[in-house]
Amino acid sequence: MEETLEPNNLTPQSSSRDDQPIIVCRDVHKWYGNFQALQGVSMEVNKGEVIVIFGPSGSGKSTFIRTLNRLEEHQRGQIIVDGIELTHDVRNIEQVRMETGMVFQQFNLFPHLTVLQNITLAPLHVRKWPKDKAEEVATQLLVRVGIPEQADKYPGQLSGGQQQRVAIARALAMQPKIMLFDEPTSALDPEMIKEVLDVMIELAHTGMTMLVVTHEMGFARGVANRMFFFDQGQIVESGTPQQIFSNPQEDRTRLFLSQILTH
Amino acid sequence: MAEEIAAPRQILPPPAERYTWLGWIQKNLFSTWYNSLLTFITLGLAYALLKPFLTWLLEQANWEVVEVNFRLLMVGQYPPDEIWRIWLLLYLLAAVVGLSWGVWVRGRLALALGLLLAPLLLALLPIATPSARLNLVAMDLVAVAASRLGRLGGPSLRRFAAWSWVIYLVLVILVVRGFALTPEVMPRVPTNLWGGLLLTCLLTVVGIVFSFPLGILLALGRRSSLPAIRAVSVVYIEVIRGVPLVTILFMAAVMVPFFLPSGITIDRVLRAMVGITLFSAAYLAENVRGGLQAVPHGQFEAASALGLSGFKTMTRIILPQALRIVIPVLMGQFIALFKDTTLVVTIGLLELLGIARAVLAQPQYVSYQREVYLFVAAIFWVISYLMSYISQRLESVLGVGER
Repeated sequence: MEETLEPNNLTPQSSSRDDQPIIVCRDVHKWYGNFQALQGVSMEVNKGEVIVIFGPSGSGKSTFIRTLNRLEEHQRGQIIVDGIELTHDVRNIEQVRMETGMVFQQFNLFPHLTVLQNITLAPLHVRKWPKDKAEEVATQLLVRVGIPEQADKYPGQLSGGQQQRVAIARALAMQPKIMLFDEPTSALDPEMIKEVLDVMIELAHTGMTMLVVTHEMGFARGVANRMFFFDQGQIVESGTPQQIFSNPQEDRTRLFLSQILTH
Repeated sequence: MAEEIAAPRQILPPPAERYTWLGWIQKNLFSTWYNSLLTFITLGLAYALLKPFLTWLLEQANWEVVEVNFRLLMVGQYPPDEIWRIWLLLYLLAAVVGLSWGVWVRGRLALALGLLLAPLLLALLPIATPSARLNLVAMDLVAVAASRLGRLGGPSLRRFAAWSWVIYLVLVILVVRGFALTPEVMPRVPTNLWGGLLLTCLLTVVGIVFSFPLGILLALGRRSSLPAIRAVSVVYIEVIRGVPLVTILFMAAVMVPFFLPSGITIDRVLRAMVGITLFSAAYLAENVRGGLQAVPHGQFEAASALGLSGFKTMTRIILPQALRIVIPVLMGQFIALFKDTTLVVTIGLLELLGIARAVLAQPQYVSYQREVYLFVAAIFWVISYLMSYISQRLESVLGVGER
């Protein structure tokens, strides 16, 4: 496990901003009507880090990760992604969305497009790549996620695990700097969870910055640099997997971990 | 991974139910004593009901009235010297359909033969003149040639085939109306001479082609986050839907001239077309909105997360899915529009049904109501069914890959 941490933290890829965090959140608040979903969340993520966010349902973890690419709007506080602050400025939002890939619980593939078209759509229309380049990159990504033979099928013809791997390839095709995973394995049958996690682990080893909302504690133990426990819209506790699993400081963390690890 | 573990095991087909036709009859009609009884009663009823009609159809019906007035029913008072234009458009239609077939459909030999058979059957009708027969057969040849061409060109001709429809629709109006290059070449045919099936088809096609984009815009407008656009769309849709089509046609015919400065007149047929389009667009908007609401919210999120703009999200992701969902409803509405064109008779335009009534108003044809109305009904049915069939085909072709 330790050797997986090292390439991420100690040999980051060359970039002028390596010493600075790639994501900075300061005191982020978010309300749905009168319900406060986020109550002052602050977090800094360094380039190449793998962050696992976990917590009970309704704790705001999904809401938080979705504020990072403005699928949800935060109402107070500051979010800076890759040096760009998320405000009402549409150009900033588009810029951030180009640099962040997102994988959803329900895959959200486009059912009327083939697998290859799903992956090439954004590179063609947002990055304005020529068609052959987009298709070449897409084909390589399909090899990488292990399903090159499914390129011409439609999402409805694939299993859940295959669909989620296509969704990962689709997000990666934009060559993002950050990948956000919103419960990527929660909608999958047990035997398909592994094939998706394998792809995510491989991705973590390449040095991708990843924020993962998940309850897959094996994944967290294996590749996460830090873990954040959310409850009632706040970060209750954070630390390395070792600290969280072997020596949690807060009662709520301990209780939650005991509930999900011993059922 | 799941697909690799699945062992290649012998898969048994489901037990097939096969009967001879006698077996089928026994199973479905005479399986028990009361089923046999029901079968006989139903047959007796059907005979009693259909016998008068069939005897009339086979023995008494006199189709002379249709034969004599055939041209009138088809094109109204369109000048006989200019009828070649209609034939030209039919030839072009055969070419465009053939080309599209070769490019997109291919195969489906039975269906292709069925389509080709239709003109041949028309040619065999006793009312067809020799020259009409020749034209119908030649149209088939054009269609076959065009489909060969489309097949040879394949996907490279897709763009061309799509554009050929657009060009064709423009040509239809240009050629029917005439553009008076010189007084002798393609003279204008005033719209009060348009009539019969020609007018019915023109009103329908124009109504569909223009109400479709307008309806989509209104549906998007009603879901817009901009209050002004939303208000305009809602008011438009609700006002138009609250008014009968006849009223709108009357307004177009009677009221519009009041609002125009003197000296400017808008053609009567054009006003009817605009009325039908505006009416249809309001209904279409609500149908499309239903489709838009059926697209899961996750599709918007996925598209946004990829950085697609709002416009690209709509045109590439949301609308294709929404429209596919509502194909049956839209086609139902287009069929209704086709039949609603008969209402233009109220503003003095003689489309197919109007011509039929005009024919029957002549003293010598008063007793031929049944023949004329049956003929008109048959034409309406054939075209409506064709539209319904196209809708089913579209659904299954575009439904590729749906769960």
